[in-house]
Amino acid sequence: MAIFGKRFGFGLVLAVAALTTLTALPARAELDIQEITTPGGIDLWLVENHSIPFVALELRFKGGASLDSAEKNGASYLMMGLLEEGAGALDSRGFARAVESIAASFSYKIYDDSTAISAQFLTENRDAAVALLRDSIINPRFDPAAIERVRAQVISSLQSDEKDPDEIAGRTLDQLIYGDHPYGRQKEGTLETVRALTRDDLVAAHQGALTRDRMSVAAVGDITAEELSALVDGLLGDLPATGPALAGPVEPVLTEGITIVDFETPQSVALFAQPGIDRDDPDFFAAYVLNVTLGGGGFESRLMTEVREKRGLTYGVYSYLVDKDQADLWMGSVASANDRIAQAIDVIRDEWVKMRDIGVTAQELQDAKTYLTGAYPLRFDGNGPIANIMVGMQMQGLGVDYIDTRNDRVNAVTQDDVNRVAKRLLDPSQMRFVVVGQPEGLAQ
Amino acid sequence: MTLIAAFPRIARKFAILTLGIGFGIGGATAQTNEQVTAFSLDNGMQVVVVEDHRAPVVVHMVWYRAGSADEQPGTSGVAHLLEHLLFKATDTLESGELSATVAANGGRDNAFTSFDYTGYYQRVAADRLELMMRMESDRMVNIRLTEDDILTERDVVIEERNSRTENNPSSLFREQMRAAQFLNHRYGVPVIGWRHEMESLELGDAMAYYDRFYAPNNATLVVAGDVDPENVRALAEKYYGAIPANPDLGVRARPYEPRQMTERRMIMRDARVAQPYVSRSYLAPERNPGDQKAAAALVMLSEVLGGSTTSVMAEKLQFDEQIAVYTGAFYSGLSLDPSTFGLFIVPSAGVSLQEAEDAMDAVVAEFIETGVDADQLKRIKMQLRASQIYARDDVNAIGNRYGQALSQGLTVEDVQAWPDVLQAVTEEDIIQAARDVFVLKHSVTGWLMADGEAG
Repeated sequence: MAIFGKRFGFGLVLAVAALTTLTALPARAELDIQEITTPGGIDLWLVENHSIPFVALELRFKGGASLDSAEKNGASYLMMGLLEEGAGALDSRGFARAVESIAASFSYKIYDDSTAISAQFLTENRDAAVALLRDSIINPRFDPAAIERVRAQVISSLQSDEKDPDEIAGRTLDQLIYGDHPYGRQKEGTLETVRALTRDDLVAAHQGALTRDRMSVAAVGDITAEELSALVDGLLGDLPATGPALAGPVEPVLTEGITIVDFETPQSVALFAQPGIDRDDPDFFAAYVLNVTLGGGGFESRLMTEVREKRGLTYGVYSYLVDKDQADLWMGSVASANDRIAQAIDVIRDEWVKMRDIGVTAQELQDAKTYLTGAYPLRFDGNGPIANIMVGMQMQGLGVDYIDTRNDRVNAVTQDDVNRVAKRLLDPSQMRFVVVGQPEGLAQ
Repeated sequence: MTLIAAFPRIARKFAILTLGIGFGIGGATAQTNEQVTAFSLDNGMQVVVVEDHRAPVVVHMVWYRAGSADEQPGTSGVAHLLEHLLFKATDTLESGELSATVAANGGRDNAFTSFDYTGYYQRVAADRLELMMRMESDRMVNIRLTEDDILTERDVVIEERNSRTENNPSSLFREQMRAAQFLNHRYGVPVIGWRHEMESLELGDAMAYYDRFYAPNNATLVVAGDVDPENVRALAEKYYGAIPANPDLGVRARPYEPRQMTERRMIMRDARVAQPYVSRSYLAPERNPGDQKAAAALVMLSEVLGGSTTSVMAEKLQFDEQIAVYTGAFYSGLSLDPSTFGLFIVPSAGVSLQEAEDAMDAVVAEFIETGVDADQLKRIKMQLRASQIYARDDVNAIGNRYGQALSQGLTVEDVQAWPDVLQAVTEEDIIQAARDVFVLKHSVTGWLMADGEAG
């Protein structure tokens, strides 16, 4: 039975201090990352763990949906959806049956800046699994019947998105901020572009999306370095060497105000955004720590305390840093009944201003740091999660030593840093809200 | 016919809940697979420890054998509202202090409510387990609520209902389907509550529920991760063992469904629907202690019919012919009382809901005549075997499996026997299960459509 009612938020921070000032950090997981260059010249990271007889393999390719032109918007998304719909000698059903019969699991996903292929397979039939995975990556068939079937699924979900307030809010905000840049479009495409995509478009998207020059590889599990090297060379060696030009930079257009999209539904959904900060900026960690206190998903953030705990205006309110390859945003979300959303937005704006002008307290900073540093080792708790973290680090250009220094960087952030960054970055005059619903007492 | 509201096995369930069948009472330790250790405290609290020493992490959970289906009529949503209120003050913790303390220790906490259970958990570094137990055991019996807490939190859960249900026509549709399926059992009332009843929930309603159900003899402690079972036992005895059992807990008996005498049909229209579809549910038996065979056959039936792109419904309705964009079957045997088996079909453009429903029914009827494809069954069993290997990578999920089962009338032995019970299901069992469950007069059929749309 579906679990229901998971509560998102809670908290009121300034509780009794005795329990909140623990300083000892939990022990770190022993993680022996091997950096390997295969005989075929592919760089990859491996953590060997032979306690469970399977391997989690993660592949990432820079590029993603933003490689699509405006006319071919949605080509990469449809292409990724077709990789498992027939490959090599097998048609769609044959491929699915073959994967099921060896209990492997493959997933193919696409984001604005990257494509992601994840695989888990058992030691007992590893070769058969890798052969299937290879066919799907190197030799997808793009059979006409499969194209039409999956296209119909994409169109169905695009039609549903048009009546989903969360989707409407996201699209509206992307369009306002990024305009004609690929980030301003939806990765799934539009009804018009998806209907017009041809098999040639999908083949072209496939050639450009999965190339060796933009690839990151990580594996965790029951495999040795030698075995993995041979496996990866066989799996990926025949991919194209290079891909088409990546999307260029974009200056997000952000102005103060509220954009209302009229939609008949009882609860208004709001997204908001202001300029963010690049991961390579020296102030990034200070901003990251600041966001934990502001609205970073815990039950005790200021937004949660003020909007939910004190006033009962919402079930969840959050803020988060968005670090795309070509743009940086500081975003957030909230949802409140149509007659209460105006008040929720007022409170969020007030908190934004208050944080900019006054900053965090020493206790808040301490709590944010102990949370972040304590939570970090807890992420490394399984083959799948560890492979995911490692491939993400490679995509961000971080070295393996990052894991050992990351908490030091968090701890190095001072109250002055955070409050200086709050003044530098938090900017209500560039904060745009998109509200979807029938909000009362809210002016555009 | 196995399903309809057959009369409840109250006595048996009562025995399990109060005596802990499957557990050594008060101390004997059962050493089991998956590095699972189970025992009970003297006050009746069940404990399950799942070991995984690969990372210094622990998940600490307390599951109460009480959910929305245990509420008093007229107070729908109170189980879930109380779940929220358990993060307020206790005798020794200020409002919000528990979550703040977990966060300041690098952890995250949350809670969940379902029809049959309510659960609380924290995920933290393994050396913080004692702190978690100190706080969790405290709020089992020591919450101190104010009128103000109720008023604010009531608004929060109403906004939660807005987010989950009111803003989503599919959610409203599912709610109506369940209400039509269950005339008398509280599985027909949404976990989050009917809005009009949520608006009038009071402090007394929450405290009555709390005083009755929040007690060690109505709870299961699950600790999963980098821990030693003996250490867990010592800590559990110190913190939970000190709380007396509630002698007034009473029998966990709910009103059962009357005999369903006719199929029920509904058409729901909502302007926010872009993709119409047909949903069908049938009353179905659930997993019972020592008796999981019927449920296992239904799980396999749902896999064979609608579990993947190679299942019967997808083959016939999406591949052989393009009648549907999506199809599926769903069933979970984890339920205290009789449950439902569901089918759905999302028609392709140009296919009416009537045509889609007729095609779905024809496929099911044909399947019962043709029988199960042996290769398909073999693939499904292979995947189930492999899932036991993959599952070991996620100790959290293993802990959840025990918590859920033990809160829904099953024992540790049932959880551990389940994979073998599934493997033992034959092609004939599956067809028999289909014949038993697909009885139209025990069903509800719903059409979800846009405003003004023709069927």
